Amino acid sequence: MRRMTIAAALAAATTTAVQAADSVRIGFITTLTTPAAVIGRDMQDAVNLAVEHAGGRIAGKPIEIVFEDDGLKPELGRQKAEKLVRQDKVDIVAGFIWSNVLLAARKPVTDAGKFLISTNAGPSELAGKGCHANFFSMRGQNDMVPIALGEVLNRRGVRKLYVMAPNYSAGKDMAAGVEWTFKGEVVGRDFTKWGDDPQLDFSAELAKAKASGADAIFAFYPGRAAAFARQYQQAGISDSVKLYTVYTVDDIALPRLQEAKVDAVLGTELTDYWSPDLKTPENARFVADFRAKYGRTPSNYAAAAYDLIPYVKAALEQAGGDIGATDKVRAALEKADFASVRGRYQLGPNHFPIDTYYSLDVVAEPSGAWALRTREIALKGELDPYARHCKLTQ
Amino acid sequence: MILLINQILNGLQLGLILFLLAAGLSLVFGIMDFINLAHGVFYMVGAYLCATVAIVTGSFFLGLLVAIPAAVLLGLAVEWLVARRLYKRDHLDHVLATFGLILCFDTAVKYLWGPEGLSVPLPVWLGGQVALGGIAMPAYRLFVVAVGLVVAALLWLVITRTRAGMLVRAAASNEPMARALGVETKLLFTLVFATGAALAALAGLLVAPITGTSIGMGNQIVILALVVIVVGGIGSIKGAFIAALAVGLIDTLGRAYLVGLMSLVFSPTVSSSAGPALASILIYLSMAFVLVLRPAGLFPPASR
Repeated sequence: MRRMTIAAALAAATTTAVQAADSVRIGFITTLTTPAAVIGRDMQDAVNLAVEHAGGRIAGKPIEIVFEDDGLKPELGRQKAEKLVRQDKVDIVAGFIWSNVLLAARKPVTDAGKFLISTNAGPSELAGKGCHANFFSMRGQNDMVPIALGEVLNRRGVRKLYVMAPNYSAGKDMAAGVEWTFKGEVVGRDFTKWGDDPQLDFSAELAKAKASGADAIFAFYPGRAAAFARQYQQAGISDSVKLYTVYTVDDIALPRLQEAKVDAVLGTELTDYWSPDLKTPENARFVADFRAKYGRTPSNYAAAAYDLIPYVKAALEQAGGDIGATDKVRAALEKADFASVRGRYQLGPNHFPIDTYYSLDVVAEPSGAWALRTREIALKGELDPYARHCKLTQ
Repeated sequence: MILLINQILNGLQLGLILFLLAAGLSLVFGIMDFINLAHGVFYMVGAYLCATVAIVTGSFFLGLLVAIPAAVLLGLAVEWLVARRLYKRDHLDHVLATFGLILCFDTAVKYLWGPEGLSVPLPVWLGGQVALGGIAMPAYRLFVVAVGLVVAALLWLVITRTRAGMLVRAAASNEPMARALGVETKLLFTLVFATGAALAALAGLLVAPITGTSIGMGNQIVILALVVIVVGGIGSIKGAFIAALAVGLIDTLGRAYLVGLMSLVFSPTVSSSAGPALASILIYLSMAFVLVLRPAGLFPPASR
C-alpha cells in the first residue's frame, strides 16, 4: 500500500500544495511480494525513473502513481483494481505481469470507463474476442515470442526439438507458439507441475531429452532460469543439445546465473521484443540512467513499464491534456506516437503492438559481465493470430 | 537402459534428500510427540547460509561448514524458546505455533536476502559428468547420493550402537520411566531437535545447487517428508529410510515413464494431458494404498 507522490517530491522547490484533482493519477498493479517481487521491483523502479525523465508532469499536471501488489493472486489483483478505481479515483490502471491477474482485474476498470494498459501480460483472450476499446497492451500477444523463436530454430537448422514447459495455460501456449512456426520434428514434450508447489527437479525430463536424440531444447520457465539452466548443465548435454528459451533467461536472471557460474547458459539463444543494447536514443538513456540509479541492468519487464509514462504523456498531450476527453485520448493512444525505447511501433486493430522481435545471444561481455546481445531480427510486422477475432467498434 | 539407470539415480537422490528431512521430523514427532511444521525452515536457512558463503568465498564446502553449525544453533534456539513450551500441549497448538514460525522465518529471509533467491556455485569437479561403467552420470547427483548414504549409515550406527542412541530409544518408548531412571530427557529432546535441524539444513544446502534457493522452499518439501514418515511409520528411522527411497523413486520414475505407459492404453491426447497430473499425485495414491493395508505405516516402532 505504497503511495508515492513523486511529482510532489520533485516539484517541492517550486510548488507546495498540489491539488489531487489537478494531477494525472495512474494506478500500477504488479507483484511486490513472493519471489516474483523481483520482477515487480524492476517495473516499479522503471516507472519511477520514467516519471523523473518526464519532469514529473503530464500536460503541466503532476503525475501521481499508486503502486499496488497483486501477490501473484488474480483475486487480489481484482480487489486492488477496484480499490484504485473507487477509492484512489485513478484515471488509468496499468502494470500487470501475469495474464491471469490481468484477466481478473480488467472488468472493474473498463466498467468504470477508465483506461487499462498492460505493460507485460498479453493474454490471447484480450487480443481476440475479448478485446476492448479502452484496453491497450504495450507488449505483443503472448504467443508472438515463441512464434519468433520457431523461425530462429528453422534458420539454425534445428531438425529435432524437445519441448519443456510448465503445465499451465501459458506453458501450453508457448509450446503451441513455437510449434506453429518450427518446421522440424518435435521428438518430445514435457509439461511439468507448476503453481504453488512447482516441480524444480528436471532431471527425469532432461534425461529423456538426452535419450530422444533431439538437437535442441525449447524451454519456458519464467523466474526459474537458474534452476533450469543449472540442471541443463549438470545433465551434460550442453554440447550436443542446444538450449533455446523464451521469457526465462533475462536480465533479472543473468547476474544470478553468473554468480552461480552456470556457464551452460552462455551461447544459448532467445527471442524478445527489446534488449538493453537496442540502438535508439531513448533506450540508451533509459538503460544508462537505470544502471546509474539502481546499479543493475533493466529487464524487458522494466523497459515496457518505463515506456508507459512517455506513452501516456504523449497521448494526453496530443489529446489536449484533458483525461476526461476519453475519445480523444483513445485516438491518441491508438496512434502510439511517442518515443518508445524500442523505437516507433504500430498498434494492431486489437490494440496490441505489432512488434519487431529480435534473436538474442547470451554472451560474456569484454568487461566480464554476462549480457544479452542482439543478433538479428527474427520476426517483423506480423499481426498476432488472434487479432482477426477482435471486433472493436470504433 | 542408460536412461533407466539415470532415472533411478535421480530417484535415489530425491529419496535421500527426503530421508535427511524426514529423519529429523520423524524423531521429533516420534519421540517428543511434537508436530513441527517449521522443520522446513531449517532446510531453507541451511540452503541460504551455504549459498551466501559459497557465493562470497567461492567455496561450496566452506558454505557447508558454516551452515550446519549455524543450523544447530538455530535449532537449539527454536527448541529452547518455542518448542520446549509446547511439548505438553495438544497437536493443534503445535501446528499453530510452528506455522507462525514459518511466517516469521520466511519474512526474515525476505528481508535479509531479498525476494529473488540465490544460486550456488559448485566446484568444477562436481559440476560435470562422471562415467561409471560407460554410463555418463551427473557428478553432483552421485555426490548427493553418497552423502545421503553416509549420513544414513552414521545415524543408524548412533541410534543402534551407542549409549546416546540407547537413551534416545529409551526416551522414545517411555519418557517418564526414562526420566525416573535418571535420564536427562529434557537435554535429550533438545539434542534430538538440534540434530533434526542439522539434517534438514544439510538436505537444504544439498538441494540448493540443483534448484537454487527460494523463500518457502522448505514448506513444500516438508509435506513430502510428512508423507514419508507416515508411510514409514512415525518415529522409525528405518521406516523413514525405506519410505523416502520409495517415494523418491515413485515420483521420478512416474514422471519419466507414466505418460509413455499410459499412451499404450489411452489416446495420445488423453495420456499427455492426464499423465503429468497423475504422475504428480502418484505419491499420495501410494500413501493412501499403504495406509489402507498398514494404518501404522510400514515399520512402526515396536514400543508404540
